[in-house]
Amino acid sequence: MAQHERPVSPFMHYRWQYTNTLSILHRLSGVFMSAGLVLFVYWLAAIASGQSYYDQSLTCFSSPITKVSLLGWLQAFFYHLLNGLRHLGWDLGYGFEKSVARKTGTLVFITAIVLTALTWWCITSQVTASVAGGVL
Amino acid sequence: MSLRSPLGKVLGAGAAKEGAHHWWAQRISAVGLVLLAPWFLLSLIALGDLSYINVHDWIAAPVNTVLLSLLVLAVTYHAYLGLQVVVEDYVAHKGIRLLVLLVIKFALLIMGVLGIVSVLRIAFTGNH
Repeated sequence: MAQHERPVSPFMHYRWQYTNTLSILHRLSGVFMSAGLVLFVYWLAAIASGQSYYDQSLTCFSSPITKVSLLGWLQAFFYHLLNGLRHLGWDLGYGFEKSVARKTGTLVFITAIVLTALTWWCITSQVTASVAGGVL
Repeated sequence: MSLRSPLGKVLGAGAAKEGAHHWWAQRISAVGLVLLAPWFLLSLIALGDLSYINVHDWIAAPVNTVLLSLLVLAVTYHAYLGLQVVVEDYVAHKGIRLLVLLVIKFALLIMGVLGIVSVLRIAFTGNH
């Protein structure tokens, strides 16, 4: 019996292109943000529990590890949001051409970084001005 | 010999008898999040001072209570659908896959309920 070549999954024989990385980054950012949901819900529960609990949570939010995580979460958020719009465009049938898909990919990547920097600057400049201090 | 027509085979869509529901749910929750997530982020930035009284009053405003509850609902649902696809793609062992999916489902269910109850408690208890 002749041995036929079995079909293999695309990732086993496609050469690497940067659009591959953009695609897996969508999943990675999604998984990373899902973990960040714990912080979001903790924040809501702390407010619902009263002033003293909320002030306690601020100590957690102002720790360096949380700050770095929040920055990472912000970056993941903007990337996932913009690349998600790219995906929704594809679902509607727009932007499938190879050249267009590459251009929107680069655009998403750069815009996500710019928006993250802009938002972080907004937050930090406001926080230094805010009376509460210690928030973020 | 199979008595099933080609059309019947296609419409059967496998043992689960459904195919497009997960896909649609992921897209619809995504569209909701495209609106709700930037709204939340911009609101926080506009709020500026994240002191207890400021944040509490902001959440207690009726429109914010509703939108924030919807955000918690949409984000936990969307996260579950997304994580489910990732787990199904990369966890090969059936038993472990089921276990991981159940853990994720319950964890997100707890977070979703805790989030919405917190928002409603802030809205309905009114005191600082």
